[in-house]
Amino acid sequence: MSAFAGIDLTCLRGDRLVFTELDFRIAPGEALMLLGPNGSGKSSLLRIMAGLLRPFRGKLAWDDLDVAEEPDQHRQRIHYVGHLDAVKPVLSAVENLTFWARLGGAADPHAKALDALGRFGVPQIAPVPGRYLSAGQKRRLNLARILAAPAPLWLLDEPTVALDRAAVRLLEGIIAEHRAVGGMVVLSTHADIDLPGHRVLQLDDFTPVADDEYEEQDLVEDGEHAA
Amino acid sequence: MNRFLTLVVRDLRLALRQGSDATIAVMFFVLCVVLFPFGVGPEPNILARIAAGVIWVAALLSSLLSLERLFQNDYEDGSLELLSLTALPLEAVVLAKTLAHWLVTGVPLLVAAPLLAVLLNMEAGGFGVLVLTLAIGTPILSLLGSIGAALTLGARRGGVLMSLLILPLYIPVLIFGAGAIDAAITGLTPRPHLLLLTGILAGCLPLAPWAGAAALRQALE
Repeated sequence: MSAFAGIDLTCLRGDRLVFTELDFRIAPGEALMLLGPNGSGKSSLLRIMAGLLRPFRGKLAWDDLDVAEEPDQHRQRIHYVGHLDAVKPVLSAVENLTFWARLGGAADPHAKALDALGRFGVPQIAPVPGRYLSAGQKRRLNLARILAAPAPLWLLDEPTVALDRAAVRLLEGIIAEHRAVGGMVVLSTHADIDLPGHRVLQLDDFTPVADDEYEEQDLVEDGEHAA
Repeated sequence: MNRFLTLVVRDLRLALRQGSDATIAVMFFVLCVVLFPFGVGPEPNILARIAAGVIWVAALLSSLLSLERLFQNDYEDGSLELLSLTALPLEAVVLAKTLAHWLVTGVPLLVAAPLLAVLLNMEAGGFGVLVLTLAIGTPILSLLGSIGAALTLGARRGGVLMSLLILPLYIPVLIFGAGAIDAAITGLTPRPHLLLLTGILAGCLPLAPWAGAAALRQALE
């Protein structure tokens, strides 16, 4: 069976080392939860996993094959849900979703899109233009992409933001189903989301130890946060 | 191919629902040309002499005006990031968006151009060649412009920067476009100009999406 792994990953943003010597491995049916304070590199790691960001060092492997060697296949294996909702204001919810389903290679994109909206508890928003949707509805619409077209690996960057309790429960159920059929999920979160038997990757464990060179920089950043 | 058309259809639908891009480009084109008789005076011979050049310069400027936003909306709302993660290669994404842009902003220019030629007292012999050069030339403008739009993505004052980058590249298109019309009016054959223009199009068709995609990858990092 396929497994997704990262080996000796280092992420450099600007001239700041976000994390270093990070290893992870996910087998089918597993969920990996990324935890850590703001700025510890949760989003960066998810973007590296998606192939949106190149790691400064290290590599990603799918079935022990280097992902960098076959970026096209990798893109078709993943669903990435980031902070931005990618909802077009002049298209209706179902049109937005049908577009992504069709690009994802779904067989009957329109039916799939309606079905996915139903699964996320918002079938009534299907004909509503994107500009009239609330933040929570947009989030559900963006998350519905993961059901509208199949992909084995889901990369969810803080999927619970703007979701109410009921929607988080629905998402938990959908992730559980995905894992039951051998799917993999990586997500970062600050809220509690209940994923039975999930593994945890504590990102601040991989933050480089601050030596003299970095201390000064850390002070500047703390100042920025305070402001 | 199916995915390519899906993206073209989405962009066309977005443009038609928003409506502004298409009408602004063609209105700008018309107004730009209409200004010239006020500036240089209503002398028919002078207007006839400058007609080809004026229409072509106005077409260049109006295409720049709308190209600035080519990737901007998709970049800001996260769609571009997701498009780069689909099975569609980024080069095809650039080509699809450029094609949609040309259909929305370039084709209306072809319709408006003969009317403006009448306004500027262009000789009737030049009308057919005018439309023909615009039909070959405006896709080149969209293709070259897509490189500029991708390069300046995320930059402040990106539109001005893009004009500075792209306008010099438009010069050959302007020379051969206006040259073909002048040749036709003076009774010479416009064929060499048209062949050169088509050659530029044939070169831009594979190269511009390739360069645009490389610039987008930089912007998305």
